[in-house]
Amino acid sequence: MHEMAICDGIVRASVETAQQAGAARINSIDVTIGELTEVVEDALRFAFDVARQGTLAEEATLNVTFLPARSRCHECSETFGHGRFDAQCPTCGSYLVEPVSGREMRIDAIDID
Amino acid sequence: MRIDVAKGILEKNDALAEGNRALFAAHGVFVVDLMASPGAGKTSTILATIDALRDRYRIAVIEGDIASSVDAEKIAAHGVPAVQINTGGACHLESDMIRRAVETLDLDEIDLLIIENVGNLVCPTDFDLGENAKIMILSVPEGHDKPYKYPGIFQVAEAVILNKHDTMSVFDFDEAEFRSVVASLNHDAPVFAMSATKGEGVEAWTTWLAARIEASRAAAGEGVS
Repeated sequence: MHEMAICDGIVRASVETAQQAGAARINSIDVTIGELTEVVEDALRFAFDVARQGTLAEEATLNVTFLPARSRCHECSETFGHGRFDAQCPTCGSYLVEPVSGREMRIDAIDID
Repeated sequence: MRIDVAKGILEKNDALAEGNRALFAAHGVFVVDLMASPGAGKTSTILATIDALRDRYRIAVIEGDIASSVDAEKIAAHGVPAVQINTGGACHLESDMIRRAVETLDLDEIDLLIIENVGNLVCPTDFDLGENAKIMILSVPEGHDKPYKYPGIFQVAEAVILNKHDTMSVFDFDEAEFRSVVASLNHDAPVFAMSATKGEGVEAWTTWLAARIEASRAAAGEGVS
């Protein structure tokens, strides 16, 4: 359950940005999580409820966008979407692929007053 | 008012990890992050690796556990500097814990630093510690289906050790299927069948590790030792 460390990161970075902008409160936080990160949404939301206590984000909503996994083939340059196990190029069958997306853990934006 | 943040959630950890990486590079220390379940044989693998490579490299170990210092004591009894990190409940090591542990070591006296992560197949995956290579150990009694259940850790590992290989006949472990799933997740990762406590297969692993260390040194322009 590394969601606690992830939520500490979300709250810390959001509060820092909000303070720099002179905010009184954070209304919402938008994050993007790749589907290959093994972040569990229920655990993330539970940890967020704990991590935001006593901060500018105390009342904030957490908006999570999950990004599917995509890889680029080194052999034929095809970029393709795939599940957690089948990172094999559908065009040429190669496993020599480079992940393009799916491991993201990013704070995109916050809404503040 | 909406404002763009565009920051990595683990940015603080990643920045500290890059600091660790630069520190290790400056002192010519090669760093391995060893990840596995509790009981897979991380400490036994470290002891076997020390025995195989201690004439060639000066080795030190950082032991990560939720509590206790039993592992660090085992390593220290082997005559190798060992630092124990107690995470106090946290399920993985983070780069600031490594930075603090490293302060107690003389990096100029170390060629190879092995970090034993907290026993866990999920949480250590996404935390960069500043290592050169993440290595994953699975032991035969855990079952060949683990890559299906914990794909992330098999994807970030540069090599996989299949430990307790001597117990293969007792457990219903399908090694061909295991190797095939690992290859589908991480095509280039070598899989070393090994029994750390019996010595079987240790040489293939340590030969690979030594070659990896030398390649890293050559790339850093330090030449070979």
